[in-house]
Amino acid sequence: MLDQSYYRKADEIIEHYGRKASSLIPIMQDIQGEYRYLPGELLTYVAGEIGIKEAKAFSVATFYENFSFEAKGKYIIKVCDGTACHVKKSAPILEALHKTLGLSKKKHTTDDMMFTVETVSCLGACGLAPTVMVNEDVYPRMTPESVVALVEKLRGEGK
Amino acid sequence: MKIETREALQALRAAKRAEIDACACRILVCSGTGCIATGSNKIYEQFLEIAKDAPGVTLEFKPCGGGHDESYMGVKKTGCQGICELGPLVRIQKGNKVIQYIKVQPDDCEEIFQRSVLGDEVLEHLLYQQKGKTYEAPDEIPFIAKQTRIALANCGKLDAESLEEYIAADGFTALEKALFEMTPEDVVDVVDQSGLRGRGGGGFPAGRKWKQVARQPEKTRYVVCNGDEGDPGAFMDGSVMEGDPYRLIEGMMLGAYAVTSQEGYIYVRAEYPMSVARLTHAIHELEEAGLLGDNILGTDFSFHLHINRGAGAFVCGEGSALTASIEGNRGMPRVKPPRTVEKGLWEKPTVLNNVETFANVPRIVLDGAEWYRSIGTAGSPGTKTFSLTGSIENTGLIEVPMGTTLREIIFDIGGGVKNGEKFKAVQIGGPSGGCLTEEHLDVPLDFDSVKRFGAIVGSGGLVVMDEHTCMVEVARFFMSFTQRESCGKCVPCREGTKRMLEILEKIVAGKGELEDLDRLEELAEMVKNMALCGLGKSAPLPVLSTLKTFRDEYVEHIVDHKCRAKVCEAMRRYVINPAFCKGCSKCAKNCPVGAITGKIKQCYHINNDLCIKCGACRENCAFDAIYVEA
Repeated sequence: MLDQSYYRKADEIIEHYGRKASSLIPIMQDIQGEYRYLPGELLTYVAGEIGIKEAKAFSVATFYENFSFEAKGKYIIKVCDGTACHVKKSAPILEALHKTLGLSKKKHTTDDMMFTVETVSCLGACGLAPTVMVNEDVYPRMTPESVVALVEKLRGEGK
Repeated sequence: MKIETREALQALRAAKRAEIDACACRILVCSGTGCIATGSNKIYEQFLEIAKDAPGVTLEFKPCGGGHDESYMGVKKTGCQGICELGPLVRIQKGNKVIQYIKVQPDDCEEIFQRSVLGDEVLEHLLYQQKGKTYEAPDEIPFIAKQTRIALANCGKLDAESLEEYIAADGFTALEKALFEMTPEDVVDVVDQSGLRGRGGGGFPAGRKWKQVARQPEKTRYVVCNGDEGDPGAFMDGSVMEGDPYRLIEGMMLGAYAVTSQEGYIYVRAEYPMSVARLTHAIHELEEAGLLGDNILGTDFSFHLHINRGAGAFVCGEGSALTASIEGNRGMPRVKPPRTVEKGLWEKPTVLNNVETFANVPRIVLDGAEWYRSIGTAGSPGTKTFSLTGSIENTGLIEVPMGTTLREIIFDIGGGVKNGEKFKAVQIGGPSGGCLTEEHLDVPLDFDSVKRFGAIVGSGGLVVMDEHTCMVEVARFFMSFTQRESCGKCVPCREGTKRMLEILEKIVAGKGELEDLDRLEELAEMVKNMALCGLGKSAPLPVLSTLKTFRDEYVEHIVDHKCRAKVCEAMRRYVINPAFCKGCSKCAKNCPVGAITGKIKQCYHINNDLCIKCGACRENCAFDAIYVEA
C-alpha cells in the first residue's frame, strides 16, 4: 500500500491534465518525473479516475520504453548508442559503467538506489559523440575512464 | 502585453529593432544541446556577471533609462551556431560586424570582454583555423559560408527565448501577410506551387497534403507537427525546436490558417528536454501576447497549440502511430487508407508535417513560390538540413540547397574525413536509409536522385564512415535498432527483423554461411514489400544497401573469418610481436583465462582457442608488443 501522499500528488497531476483518456501519457510522465518510476498501484488509480480500463492503462504503460514499474536510481545515466556514438565507440563506455557499478544488461539499478544505467538511441548531441546523459544533463566526448570519474563525482555529490 | 492589431505588432517590431540597433554590442552565447554539454551555460553566466558590474555599461537597452554616453549591451543565449564540435561557441556582434570565437572557456571571458567587447581587438587564439588560415566572421568560415540557411536562418543569431527578438527579425510578417492580404486558399496555393516536400523523410509534397485537408467535408481539423526525431545520428529538428521555436510555430499557424484549423499539437521526443522547455516557453509567451489563442491580431483566426512529449518509442515518428500516441494509446501504426489527411487525429482531417517542413513555410509565404523554386533542384526545391557526424573533421548542423553533392558536403563544408583517413561510406537516412560510397560522391542529394542508389535523403542524418568501420557491423547495429523498436503489430516486421538480426549476429560472430546472404536478401525483400508501415518497409534498407555495396565484406566475414575494419570481436586475434616482447610475463599475469604462456625473458605466446579477446594483455603491455590482427 502506497502512502496517501502518492494519491494526493496523483490527484494534483490528474487535475492539471483533465479527466480524459488522452491525458494518460502526460499524467504517467509527470508521476514518473516525481517518483522516478510508475507505481503500478497508482496507475490503477489513475485509470479509474480518468475513466479508462486498467488493462488499457497498463497496455499503454508497457508499450513505451520510458515507463518503468521498477524504482530507478537517483542518477539515471543514459549511454547514447546512436549511430554517431556507436561508430565513435560507445560500447566500451557502457561496459565500464556496468563494471564499476556492478550492473549488467539485466540489472539496471544499483542496490543503494543511487544509479540506474540505460542505453538510449540518440541524444541529439552527435557532434560531441560519444555522449552520456545524467538525468537531464548531457556530457560530451566520454571515454571509459571519464565516465568512471563522473560516477565517482556524482557519488560524492549524492551523499 | 497583448498585441491585438497588426499595427501594434508592427510598432513593437520597429521599437524592438531600434533597441537592438542601439545596442553597442551583443554577446551571443550558443545554447544548443551540444554547446551546453561543453559548458556554455557557465560562459553565459560569466559574461552576465562581468557585463553587469562593468563601469559605463548598461545591460540591455531601456528606452527611458541611462544617459547617452552609456554603452548598451546584450548577453544572449542563441540556438545552435553550427560547429558543435568546437564549442562552446560565442559570437561578438557590433552592428554588422560579427566575430566568431570557438572553444571559449570561463577563463577567456574576462579577456574577451575587455579586449573585444569594450575594445575592438580580435583575439587570434580563439578564432577558427583551417589549413593555416584564421577566420574572423562566422560567414567566412568554409563550414558556414557554403550553406544556405532558411529553416536555420535565425539559429545562432537571435535569443532563442525571446519572442520580441524574433518579431524584430521580421518574425510573424508572414502571418501578417497571410491574415490580412491572403485567403486560406492563397496560402495553400503558394505552398503547393513552391514545391515544398516533406522534410521528415518521405518527401511528400506539403502543398498537396494541405490541399487534401482543405477539401475535406469535415470542418474540425488539426495541425500536427512531428518533432519525434528518432533516427539515431540526426539532430536537425531538435536544433530548430530549441534554436528558433517561434519560426516553427509561425509555420504551423500558417498551416492552420490555410486549412482553417483551430488546434494544433507538437509531438516532441522525450530525449529532447531542451526542445520541450523552449517550445513551452515560446507558447506561453505567444499566449500572453495574444498571438496564440482566439481572434489573433483582431481577425477571425483562432489557434491553440499544445505540446505532447514522446515516451521513448521510435515508431511514433510514423504518422498514424504519432496521432495514436497523442490520443493516449499505444503508438502503433494502422492500415491505410484512410490516410491522415482524411482521418488523422481523433478521426479528423489532419495536416501532419515535420519540424523542418513547417520552419520553411514562413519564408515561402513571405517571398513567394518563385523565390523558393530558385533554390535547390527542379524536383526538390529549397534547402535541406543535415546533421553531419561520424568520422569527419567538422561535425555539426548544416543547411544546403537540395542537389548539393556529397563531395561538397563532406570535403568542402565538413573539411574531409577525420585525421585524413580514407573515406569509406556515408550512411544517409538512418535506420531507414542506406550507404553511399566513393562512386556516389558526385550524386546530387535530392529526394529522387538518392533513391536511385538504394538510399533515401530521409530526415537528414549523415554519418561519415572511414576504413575503421565494419559495414556488416553497421548493418547489424541498425537492424538491432529497428528490431528493438518494432511495435510488433504486423508479422513481417516483428518476425522478419528478428530473423534478419539473428542472421547478422551469426555472421558478425564468425559463424555465418554463404547461404545466409541469400536468406537475408529474401527476408529483406519480404519485409520491404509486406510490412504495414513506412518504418517497417524501410527497415531492411541498411541491409540491402550494404549487401549490394559491400558484399565482399560479408563474404570475408563468412569465408575468411576476417573483419577488415578490425571491429568484429570474434574475428580479432591478439598476437605478440616477438620483435618487441621482452618476456616480462605481465601479459600472462593479467590474462583472466590463462591463455598466455611462455618463459621469462623469451617471447610469450597467446593461445587463440582459449583467448576471450578482452584486450587485458594489450592494455597492460609496457612495450606495445601486442597487436590485433584482423
